[in-house]
Amino acid sequence: MKKGLAKRIVPCLDVKNGETVKGTNFVNLRKAGDPVEMGKAYCEAGADELVYLDITASHEGRKTFTDMVTRVATEINIPFTVGGGISALEDVERLLYAGADKVSINSAAINNPGLIDEITSRFGSQVCVCAIDAKFDDNEWMCYLNGGRIRTDRKLYEWAREAEERGAGEILFTSMNHDGVKNGYANDALCHLSETLGIPVIASGGAGCPEHFRDAFTVGKADAALAASVFHFGEIKIRELKEYLSFEGINVRL
Amino acid sequence: MNVAIIKYNAGNIHSVVNSLRRLGVEPLLTDNAEELARADRVLLPGQGEAGCAMGCLRENGLDTVICDLKQPVLGICIGQQLLCRHSEEGDVDCLGIFDAEVKRFSPSRHEYKVPAMGWNSLYDLRTPLFKGIDENEYVYFVHSYYVPLCSETIAVTDYIQPYSAAMNVRNFYATQFHPEKSGDTGSRILQNFLDMDAND
Repeated sequence: MKKGLAKRIVPCLDVKNGETVKGTNFVNLRKAGDPVEMGKAYCEAGADELVYLDITASHEGRKTFTDMVTRVATEINIPFTVGGGISALEDVERLLYAGADKVSINSAAINNPGLIDEITSRFGSQVCVCAIDAKFDDNEWMCYLNGGRIRTDRKLYEWAREAEERGAGEILFTSMNHDGVKNGYANDALCHLSETLGIPVIASGGAGCPEHFRDAFTVGKADAALAASVFHFGEIKIRELKEYLSFEGINVRL
Repeated sequence: MNVAIIKYNAGNIHSVVNSLRRLGVEPLLTDNAEELARADRVLLPGQGEAGCAMGCLRENGLDTVICDLKQPVLGICIGQQLLCRHSEEGDVDCLGIFDAEVKRFSPSRHEYKVPAMGWNSLYDLRTPLFKGIDENEYVYFVHSYYVPLCSETIAVTDYIQPYSAAMNVRNFYATQFHPEKSGDTGSRILQNFLDMDAND
């Protein structure tokens, strides 16, 4: 019998104008369906959690889709995280009140790190996912803002540790070098994060085949692996993926 | 069926409301002693900090109301912890329905992260709460404090050590996990709670 927490498979639905989209390296968006229907289908297929990101909210200052969150909460019986454009405690309150289990904050946390303290002291660490978009440039993992549009002087490992100290419950790390390329996750950076942080790490960016998920868990030591297009376009079926991972000796919920 | 959810200032109860609605039940959210006493089923859900949650229950006189309930009662997550005797979180005396002490996870190895967040499996299942649930099925947990194994344990989960994933004494049931977020397995557990013979 496998004991302990299962590794989580997390489909991510990037939402724009009420529809899911997925870009390659954050550009060239393609349509992929209704977010609530897709969420239900993933739930039935064995997804462990869902993430809904309002991908344009941060850039355009739009608020995330509270109505969609309410619909998702009504219809789905697994945990889900909502992110994109959260800049204040009021946004968090509104989204949790609409039924989200967790919120993911990204640019706003880098611009105002105290927001993490505010969220976690008010609602607890478990609701606060700190999402970090980082790119390996000049031998250093650097954090980016606004969906990868603006480089900062924050270093990935230092910022992740600070986020944990401020109370974040999870780190969602997206490698911009790997995102959309389908050559596997950034396992070295993931492993470093997993081994130095005391909170769960979610791998994001780079999944192309089932072996990539296995490696994120075994080499990258991630607690969860997030992917979008490989699921949205049916290239990888979640049930088959989890059977494969189980066969490879990884503890997954089947 | 008349199902009441205890209203107090302890986090997100919307997911519990939604899960009951999916089972065809419209729950009543209340802190009124008479309404709670009259309900066929009472749920004590919650997230948050034990000291703060107990303070809120006491302020509203809900501590004695809960202890006097005679119908099936289900505590969820911090609800299970509040039904215990004492919690290390905030070093607070709790309701004392379960004769157990709530402790903080203290991982000895780095691979164990706290809060324990995610899907874990249940075993040694007892009582009608788990009717039709197979051993080793997965349910969803989010917590930093746990209840050690005791005579009132009705389901076990392993994380750092085996602990009480669910408890029962008399008409009081409790789960450390979130049935409302545990997919079809969780829905079945909630349905079992609703279907339970009041004398079980």
